[in-house]
Amino acid sequence: MSIGTSDVAAAHEEVAGPVIEGRSPWALAFARLRRDKVAMLSLAIIIVIVVVALLAPLFSAITGHGPNEQYHTANALSPGGLPRGPSGEFWWGTDDLGRDVLVRTVYGARISLLVGVLATALTVAIGVVLGLTAGFLGGLVDTLLTRLIDVVLSVPFILVAVALVSITGPSLSITVLVIGFFSWASVARIVRGQVLSLREREFVEAARSLGSSDRRIMFVDILPNVLSQVIVYTTLLIPVVIVVQATLSFLGLGLPPPTADWGGMISEAQSYYTVAPWFIAFPGAALVITTLAFNLFGDGVADAFDPRTDRLISQ
Amino acid sequence: MIRFLIRRILLGILVLWLITMAVFGLFFVAPNNVARTMAGRQATPQTVELIRERLGLDQPVWKQYLDFIWKALHGNLGYDYYYQLPVTHIMAQALPITLSLALGASVIWLIIGVTNGVLSAVYPRSFIDRGLTAFALFFYSFPSFLLGLVLLYFIYYKLTLSGLRWFPPGGYAPLSQGPGQWALHMILPWLTLALVLAATYTRLTRSSMLDVLGEDYVRTARSKGLSERRVVLRHGLRSALTPVVTQFGIDLGQLIGGVVVTETVFSLPGLGKTVIDAITRQDLPVIVGIVIFASAAVVTANILVDVAYALLDPRVRLH
Amino acid sequence: MTRTTTAEGQGNTGSDEPLLRLRGVKKHFPVQSSALIRGEQEYVHAVDGVDLDVRRGETLGLVGETGCGKSTLARCIARLYDLTEGTIELDGRDISTLSRREMRPLRREIQMIFQDPYGSLNPRRRVGSIIGEPFAIHDIGSRRERKKQVQELMELVGLNPEHYNRFPADFSGGQRQRIGAARALALKPKMLVCDEPVSALDVSIQAQLINLLADLQDELGLTYVFITHDLSVVRHISDRIAVMYLGKVMEVAPVEELFETSRHPYTRALLSALPLPDPDLADRREQIILVGDMPTPVHPPSGCRFHTRCPKAQPDCAEVVPPLEKAKDDDSADHLTACLYPMDPDERLSRARATVADSEIVADDSALGGVS
Repeated sequence: MSIGTSDVAAAHEEVAGPVIEGRSPWALAFARLRRDKVAMLSLAIIIVIVVVALLAPLFSAITGHGPNEQYHTANALSPGGLPRGPSGEFWWGTDDLGRDVLVRTVYGARISLLVGVLATALTVAIGVVLGLTAGFLGGLVDTLLTRLIDVVLSVPFILVAVALVSITGPSLSITVLVIGFFSWASVARIVRGQVLSLREREFVEAARSLGSSDRRIMFVDILPNVLSQVIVYTTLLIPVVIVVQATLSFLGLGLPPPTADWGGMISEAQSYYTVAPWFIAFPGAALVITTLAFNLFGDGVADAFDPRTDRLISQ
Repeated sequence: MIRFLIRRILLGILVLWLITMAVFGLFFVAPNNVARTMAGRQATPQTVELIRERLGLDQPVWKQYLDFIWKALHGNLGYDYYYQLPVTHIMAQALPITLSLALGASVIWLIIGVTNGVLSAVYPRSFIDRGLTAFALFFYSFPSFLLGLVLLYFIYYKLTLSGLRWFPPGGYAPLSQGPGQWALHMILPWLTLALVLAATYTRLTRSSMLDVLGEDYVRTARSKGLSERRVVLRHGLRSALTPVVTQFGIDLGQLIGGVVVTETVFSLPGLGKTVIDAITRQDLPVIVGIVIFASAAVVTANILVDVAYALLDPRVRLH
Repeated sequence: MTRTTTAEGQGNTGSDEPLLRLRGVKKHFPVQSSALIRGEQEYVHAVDGVDLDVRRGETLGLVGETGCGKSTLARCIARLYDLTEGTIELDGRDISTLSRREMRPLRREIQMIFQDPYGSLNPRRRVGSIIGEPFAIHDIGSRRERKKQVQELMELVGLNPEHYNRFPADFSGGQRQRIGAARALALKPKMLVCDEPVSALDVSIQAQLINLLADLQDELGLTYVFITHDLSVVRHISDRIAVMYLGKVMEVAPVEELFETSRHPYTRALLSALPLPDPDLADRREQIILVGDMPTPVHPPSGCRFHTRCPKAQPDCAEVVPPLEKAKDDDSADHLTACLYPMDPDERLSRARATVADSEIVADDSALGGVS
């Protein structure tokens, strides 16, 4: 293309000022999110929780208590073998085996966040790929995948998850896999619906007329257009996944002991709720604060991407 | 309409059939040592062999599956070796408890959810709206097992300590012991289930109600001089409830399988607790029976929801 | 058979081989319905046997009402659709059965400009990346070179090259069509298929874009297939015009010849709907208002597609498919008409009387008669 090259060069010299850059839909959403006080506060809380989880060994070092170490001193267990309440040595009290509830709660955050992020990532990855494939390819592939979505959505999730984990034996990867494999269907359904309308748009035809491959159209042209919905769904999915993981743990199907995780701690504390309420209260509060923060943040994200959505917290 | 109904039911049957295949594959085929697990650690090879034979595990997989389906179609979901009872018998004992829990809780969450949602929508952005929304969001973030324990601690334990022995710590009292006893045993489990779900309904009702109250015909009703109460309840709520009804159908179906946690916390021997107990003793026929029953509940609820939807909105039928 | 020979004759009149040659092009879409249960799959006959040549450097206007199949034909030419039947030759090479992979190198030759300035640009991508997309797909040049080329293209179509980082939402409809044109030109195609590129724009913007397209044609030696339902637009830019009705070409002729001595009753009806700048002329002109709606392309009429609405249809119009050929001796060799009873320039359609069984016009009369 030789036409007008010199003109362009001239134009370049003329306009030496700032480069004119459009604000992307992402930048606009991000700017709206930054003005959202509730969402920013929730984000701050989430960051604190993440930092605490990362620094868990530091808590262990300061208190001098390992997460799985059992203490049989008078500060740790009563003469009758019952947990002791908060004290100078055990700030959040001890559990039934004389372990430090504070250190275990802090370590438990690692599990909750790890499973929350991994299982959500798996869910979204499967859901997006299958939803995109079903919606874009259509035909027989779509019919089969839609039936599959129906089946997965008709499975009583907690029940099957519990039964499955009981067969395979509990572990981190099993928890992540089970959550991922039973949760992707709703993501796939949302993505499919979006893709069905997007693929009729002319820019997809335009890409095709330029010689774009199906895969390129799916991931370069269509995916960016469903991404905002996916991001909103993802942030709202994390707290749900965290609760599911805690629930599995509570039912005795979380991580093999003695690993500390919130659901498992609350399950152990169940028998002591009358004599040792702190044993439930601290991991319980940690769990509620975490899910609450994620829900509020997710609500803000949804609002930032689509200001018309109905908000949980009206500003 | 008839054609739509038939198609929808056929689809439901297909889905259910796929689920039985999946469940069968997961539980009977994949872990090929089911008999060994069931026999326990000290079992002799003979015992294992006997169990294999009794479960029909020595036969080819497809025959096992056909056998299983054939029996299931005749209402026979297998035999439970622990209690020496048919699985259907065990389920029949547990079902009334789960139904008491599910139906009672659903009444409570509908009342709380819809009332709060309407209040929020009628006074949007007011103090009431914000308060109710915060309330909903708080319980929405509360895992039900934790909420159950919190209720037990404050309402059972603290109240009993202070001398008010109203609520039992758990267990089930059948209606034959009188509706009062029954209700007292159910109130905390009901609240546990209802408060978590009510949050979703508050949100749903609020947004749907806000949409409806912005419609022209509601404004017309207002301009005719109808009382605000009449406008909101007769003209607004009636159409705002459609999405709520849909969601209710879906939740009620899922609830049969979703009561696991609540029943465990309150030691209610319903379907959920039965499954958990069956899991701890690796009692496969019971697990499979209840999983399939719960799936059937979901599928049925989905069909009912779709049919209700098609009745309300004829465009749906055209698909 | 006769059709093929006449079509070849048409090709020979040009100075050399046509750039694009369509022969018997058909595109049928299956109708999605419960027909499957009844066992019979029905088809929309969107394009149903089109023969056309497009010569190097010319602009062929393709006009017709909404639903006549012109957009489908455009997508067949750009090979966005697979053909049901027929052949498309580009530069003498048959491209009608190439797979998408085999088609990819040929994308450089034929490009398309789309109708909807809002739908045809991906809202999530920056303009630079949209215009540079062809380079990315065909793996041409480095990042730096691509950016330079994109800016040259923007300059070429009259956009500020500094705006390459903006999003489509930051541009007006006319500017977006320029972006679409820049993207289509990126691969330096020989041919551009323009699918109603101006119909979504304000009239004042339409003229700008058409002038731009005309300038680009002169500068780059492009060949255009220009689709529109607006005869006044197509008159301005075209060398020849083809008139389509229900998936078939009714008449094709050089612009002035078509406007002065159109032979096909349908062309005549279309032309009579054109606004004329001279009110006296407009008053004197015959107004032809077609009766009825365009029949469904699922069950197109037999014989001549137009016979159900044609004011001068005769019984054999319902039986014989008229070939597209030279109608009268004084027509130029480029003027082909698919009509058994081509019209003379001074013939008045309003005086004609249709005598064909399933004419909508006759059907109305007989219905009245039946009542009285």
